[in-house]
Amino acid sequence: MRRVALLIAFWVVLLAAPWWLPLVGGYTALGSKILIYGLAAMGLNLVLGYTGGLSFGQAAYFGLGAYGAGMTLKYLVPSTPLAILVGTLVGGAAATLVGPLLMRRRGIYFAMITIAIGQLFYFVAVRWNVATGGEDGLAGFERQPLHFGTHTVSLHETTAYYYLVLACFTAAVALMWWLLKSPLGHTWVAIRESQRRAQFLGLKTDRYVWASFAIAGFVTALAGALNALLFNFTSPEDLHWILSGNFVIMVVLGGMRNFWGPLLGATLFIVAQDYLSSVTDNWMTCIGLLFIMIVLLFPKGLLGMVARRARAA
Amino acid sequence: MSLLRLDNVSRNFGSLKAVQQLSFEMPQGELRAVIGPNGAGKTTFFNLITGFVRCTAGEVWFDDENISAVPIANRVRRGIVRTFQITDVFPDLSVFENIRTGVEIAAGVASRPWVSRATRAALDRRVDELIDIVGLDAKADRVVSELAHGDQRVVEVALALSMNPRLLMLDEPTAGMGDTETDRMVDLVRRLHTEQGLSILFIEHDMNIVFNIAQRITVLDQGQKIAEGTPTEIAANERVRTAYLGEPE
Repeated sequence: MRRVALLIAFWVVLLAAPWWLPLVGGYTALGSKILIYGLAAMGLNLVLGYTGGLSFGQAAYFGLGAYGAGMTLKYLVPSTPLAILVGTLVGGAAATLVGPLLMRRRGIYFAMITIAIGQLFYFVAVRWNVATGGEDGLAGFERQPLHFGTHTVSLHETTAYYYLVLACFTAAVALMWWLLKSPLGHTWVAIRESQRRAQFLGLKTDRYVWASFAIAGFVTALAGALNALLFNFTSPEDLHWILSGNFVIMVVLGGMRNFWGPLLGATLFIVAQDYLSSVTDNWMTCIGLLFIMIVLLFPKGLLGMVARRARAA
Repeated sequence: MSLLRLDNVSRNFGSLKAVQQLSFEMPQGELRAVIGPNGAGKTTFFNLITGFVRCTAGEVWFDDENISAVPIANRVRRGIVRTFQITDVFPDLSVFENIRTGVEIAAGVASRPWVSRATRAALDRRVDELIDIVGLDAKADRVVSELAHGDQRVVEVALALSMNPRLLMLDEPTAGMGDTETDRMVDLVRRLHTEQGLSILFIEHDMNIVFNIAQRITVLDQGQKIAEGTPTEIAANERVRTAYLGEPE
């Protein structure tokens, strides 16, 4: 009961963000960005924290989602929902196709393959100038109003768009929560804990690793699509392995054994980036120091630590 | 009719002949021990049955079906379930969550993103039942890695039981245990055999336990079967004594 109350309170806080964010020096687009990166990190955590697959190339699916959405708006149809849908499907489908290449690998091999494949998509985006805008990125598209029958909602204002992001975030997070509570989610965790034991219980673990990677791909791609529409722009940086590394940092900062950990990690990361980068060019140094401290002091991440305290009490 | 049969099975690792032309038969409902000095091929013997390694020559039959080429997962589904010499459980999960994983796999729902309320309740009941059988009721919500070694091994047995085994294979179930823990494990194995009617095949180094609970004993040495029989027969066997105590010069 307390859990449900907390969850509702949390959601109300998110709902009210456009009012309170300016009071603490933030702005609505920053809220959107946090939700988007939080969603991507939570998606990554399905593989990383819950299935134990070291996916270090998650930006590929974020970027594919972004390009999928942007190119749909620019070249195909002026529709926001379709753009988000196409982006999500493109990124998710890519992860689904890539899955069989890595589902049998573990540890560092899994990590290397995910990075390599991620870079493959990056170079495609850089080289395919005509369609993607190459190094300059993809611009020249704009999020379109939503149509509900005769009623039209403009998404031009950042506040209106924030609510679309929040709706997508809520749906995707609810879906992940539900999956992790299901037997499928239990099986993922079992594979993370001991793949050999899981195999000797008769599980074909490959398929589950694949499913986890594919679903994480869809979630991350959704985040990528939302991000492209937030800025009406995307660039090869959204596919780059540096962003993949940042996603991993967000997950580890917040706590990868915790459902909400990656959201907290993303919040810290994005807020630090936003504030510190206006103060110094070396803001990554601060993130790095914070990262080292947290890994040393709270190996289970910030929320992992809190959850442990709560259980001990 | 035999439950498990090995016909002239051999397994080489390079030039090492881990198991040589081994034939073995075990009827349903038996409690059988496998003993032998270090390097006798006991672990390879287990691995051949579970499918972790394949035979270089010979055939493995289970339930009158040649399973020599059947992968691990499908052998498990046929009811061949094992524990390991070094405990292998899901360390960061609770006792309940560990066993729930097995129960969900056995029920064929492991890949489902959704189960009905009634199914959920039935699964949870089965988990509780298994926890009760192995006597871990009081520790159901404890994280397994924080339990004593003996309890962790019991969890592994419960995990194996959750698969509804037709042949339960235990690799040194009492390894590394103190006296009390050993007694409890021995009692559990005996109860599983008598009360649940399980066919159990176990490797064990402690001869007291072996001679105490096994109905029949198979002795391996240097990859070959050198003796087989009731505890009384084995105790009187010259070749077994030689293998264990060295050649009488």
